[in-house]
Amino acid sequence: MRLNYPVGIRIVKLPCTGRVAVIHLLKALEKGADGVFVAGCMEGDCRYQAGNLRAKKRVAYVRQLLQSIGMEPERVAMYNLSSGEGPRFAEISREMAEKVRQFGPNPVKGKGVRKEKAA
Amino acid sequence: MIMAKPKPIEEIINEIKGFDKILVAGCNGCVAVCEAGGLKEVEILASALRMYFGNQHKNMQIDEVSLTRQCDKEYLAEIKDRIGSYDAVVSIACGAGVQFMTEMYNTKRIYPGVNTCFIGVTEEKGVWTERCQACGECILARTGGICPIARCSKRILNGPCGGSSNGKCEIDKDVPCGWQLIYERLKELGELKRFEEPVSPKDWATSRDGGPRKLVKEDSQI
Ligand code: SF4
Ligand code: SF4
Repeated sequence: MRLNYPVGIRIVKLPCTGRVAVIHLLKALEKGADGVFVAGCMEGDCRYQAGNLRAKKRVAYVRQLLQSIGMEPERVAMYNLSSGEGPRFAEISREMAEKVRQFGPNPVKGKGVRKEKAA
Repeated sequence: MIMAKPKPIEEIINEIKGFDKILVAGCNGCVAVCEAGGLKEVEILASALRMYFGNQHKNMQIDEVSLTRQCDKEYLAEIKDRIGSYDAVVSIACGAGVQFMTEMYNTKRIYPGVNTCFIGVTEEKGVWTERCQACGECILARTGGICPIARCSKRILNGPCGGSSNGKCEIDKDVPCGWQLIYERLKELGELKRFEEPVSPKDWATSRDGGPRKLVKEDSQI
């Protein structure tokens, strides 16, 4: 299957979306990603039982946090699809890219927020 | 252990917005277990703060550290060489940790990043409940191992009161009546006759009513 999805997307592969922690989503944004989506298996189909449900809660938590710091919560999203749905993946990627484009670039990008390693 | 929950980030932002260089300091003790103030929470809070101030076009440096405990001087000392360069610290340890850091580094402003809640247990992943109010004179031996001070909303010593209904406390239908729990437990133990004699008033001087408390164990002192 040769499917087109937006070129700017970077895919991070994980064995299960249950591995996605809050900090991973935040770091992606802090480092300049315009948006992040988590592509999990269909609800009820998790090989590890509830990994995708955990990811869903973490996505919800990050959305709330983004709201509190004045960023668009929709820059982070959770989608559920099965591994056989390549066309759906491409469609979601385009949908997400389009949504994020409307918000404009991530305002954090290239800002002078500094961090030094302490301890 | 001591339970806490994160303060709303807006409140923290409001405290530190006038500064340029902030250290977010976590504690890997109790507050790490209740997922409010450990290493992970330091990373999340600091990242969110950096994004917020970045969006505000404010050139602010926000660094991270997580100490083994903040209620012991030797661990607090780990930041002694670098704390001088920060304008302020947001400590996400319990209130004891925040205060001890303030005492040790009294030229710095140390802001609390969590609300310290109670002494309790992990009932299930993500759920913590209160068990003890540190009254200083434990009576669990007489109450079947269930604390009436922490688990009865009125802290009465001769319960239950008239507000107990179907095993729940009148303050909330989801709160078990502490005295119903005690009754059931004593029944199981065959000790219901304890209810026949009223318990005499407790000496609250060992609790907060006696003022700030102090423990000295001479054989531990150097
Ligand atoms: S500072 Fe507070 S949270 Fe940290 S270990 Fe000590 S008592 Fe527990
Ligand atoms: S009786 Fe006092 S020390 Fe014992 S569990 Fe209750 S509050 Fe804590």
